[in-house]
Amino acid sequence: MSAVKAVPDRAGRFGRFGGRYVPETLIPALDELEAAWRAAHRDPAFQRRWMAILRDYVGRPTPLTRAERLSQELGFPVLLKREDLNHTGAHKINNTIGQVLLAQRMGKRRIIAETGAGQHGVATATAAALFGLKAEVYMGAEDVRRQALNVYRMRLLGATVHTVTSGTQTLKDATNEAIRDWVANVRDTFYVIGSVVGPHPYPMMVRAFQSVIGREARSQVLRAIGRLPTHVVAAVGGGSNGMGIFYPFRNDPVALIGVEAAGEGLESGRHAASIARGQVGVLHGAMSYLLQDDDGQIHPAHSISAGLDYPGVGPEHAYYHETGRAEYHAVTDDEALEAFYRLTRTEGILPALESAHALAWVLRQAPDLRERQAVVLVNLSGRGDKDVEAVLAREAQGGEADR
Amino acid sequence: MMARREPTGAERIAAAFAAARKAGRAALIPFVTAGVPTLEALPDLLGAVAQAGADLIEVGLPFSDPLADGPVLQRAATWALERGTRVDAVFAALRTVAPHLPPLVLLTYVNLVLRRGMTEFVQAAQEAGISGLIVPDLPWAESDSLRQVAKRGGLALIPLVAPTSTDRHLKDIAGAKGFVYGVSVTGVTGPRQAVDPGVAHLVARVRAEVALPVAVGFGIASPAQARAVGAIADGVIVGSALMSRILDHPDSAVSEARHFVAELRRAVEA
Repeated sequence: MSAVKAVPDRAGRFGRFGGRYVPETLIPALDELEAAWRAAHRDPAFQRRWMAILRDYVGRPTPLTRAERLSQELGFPVLLKREDLNHTGAHKINNTIGQVLLAQRMGKRRIIAETGAGQHGVATATAAALFGLKAEVYMGAEDVRRQALNVYRMRLLGATVHTVTSGTQTLKDATNEAIRDWVANVRDTFYVIGSVVGPHPYPMMVRAFQSVIGREARSQVLRAIGRLPTHVVAAVGGGSNGMGIFYPFRNDPVALIGVEAAGEGLESGRHAASIARGQVGVLHGAMSYLLQDDDGQIHPAHSISAGLDYPGVGPEHAYYHETGRAEYHAVTDDEALEAFYRLTRTEGILPALESAHALAWVLRQAPDLRERQAVVLVNLSGRGDKDVEAVLAREAQGGEADR
Repeated sequence: MMARREPTGAERIAAAFAAARKAGRAALIPFVTAGVPTLEALPDLLGAVAQAGADLIEVGLPFSDPLADGPVLQRAATWALERGTRVDAVFAALRTVAPHLPPLVLLTYVNLVLRRGMTEFVQAAQEAGISGLIVPDLPWAESDSLRQVAKRGGLALIPLVAPTSTDRHLKDIAGAKGFVYGVSVTGVTGPRQAVDPGVAHLVARVRAEVALPVAVGFGIASPAQARAVGAIADGVIVGSALMSRILDHPDSAVSEARHFVAELRRAVEA
């Protein structure tokens, strides 16, 4: 495997992907953000402060767990990077702590964010509470209804939740609304984007904040087994947990596997597999693969996992796909549920439905992986407690009730 | 004698601004979302807007995720898309009426342009009688290739200038065609209570660097505001205020539009 070219370039391009497709009003703010980020990134004091918070508050480094019984059943080692053990229950907080710290450094007192299921919103509200800042979170009306508990968690943390009733009333519309807010309040507001999406420098910055996952995992695997894994597997919606674990392995002879949500099946039209089924286009400030129709209107996405329910994907994943550096596959809602049950029963770990997608690919590929004597590292990006209600509701409809 | 060639879109736009200036007033540029209340009504609607005194007309090609637009134009885009408004059908509707109308400037988001392909999109727009393009999520720094393609098709790609824009941006757009779209507020489209006091400064900054006319939009809601902006700028763009009248009175959209645009026209003449 050849080394990956250093991306993005100065224009924020990952090959033909990425860039800055935003109203002219925001261009100076993105320049300001990029300059502030580059300075912070080089500043040892900033890095030390961020790492100290990750250690003392978030609980990093997160462990690497060998899934003993699952490994035995499958016939090859499966190693889990336990992002579910972070404070707030998922990897999202690595990024929100970093961005809110940057906001503070830039003197921006007002924090805004978009959220789908609410995980990024909770992580942003948490970071804002930690620094005594005010967070306002945009969330689609449909998601507010489905994720009432997360809405309440954000409010408990002192955040204001704005219900978005435009368009499909989900994550993409919440993101539109957050961008509109930023356009209107750009001088005093910091927009905390939750994934490796959006205009440059966000994909690069979020990657940097999430790469802590892959850096830890890489040295933990080397320490545990004395060699690199053969495969690194992560679920991909926008793609922040995936890029976070992939990036430090990019120049290693390791297969990087991104797993998209195939929802009710790639042929059903109800899925969130932007790379498998989308076409190149621009949404939320970056060029990437999108679910869209022949005119270029964005299609709503579908996945049982709210965190993957997004019609686009981060531009660097699009680049990894196009250059062949990573492979992208898709698993269905049913396969993800199967993996959710299986890990819970064999390891006593309730994975987030997002993370269950990564596991589901491993289960599906098990015969082949066994044959290749694979060592598989899976990013267990979050815990599944948040999904228990959705799984229960699904059981009530039949399906898995008697398991 | 040489055959007289058709004027390019950029030339038609320049002529429209020049005519208004000669009459001692700002050019009036109403905005209409294609497909509201119906696509069938578009020719009549544009005809009424022209007759009532528009010097140019901005036509919005609806997009599912219009992140530069406020609630009214979001609602208009959703309305149009829910009723099945397709890009080809909008171009077809415009083609029949464009020759009888003032210059048309098409506003759309960049994904619709890319989906069809820049060259094909520009060609289709040009064949539909469009004179210029406004792409609010394509900042000037990303617009090189579309600018080249538009130029070959004789279309002006209209640069936007916001209150936050740097002097560097003003220098970068000096070679643009058509007019400069001055964004009057730091924000999205939609009616405001008052004209932002920064408009005069914005217009002055643009004029110091760019030889093109400056039209100001975003937030101009009333004839009084149109008059105030018209006293400062070379053009006045009114979108949400017109579209909210059309959305609220879909059955009498044509007469609503005619009356409101006529009022705006009287205001910029005063």
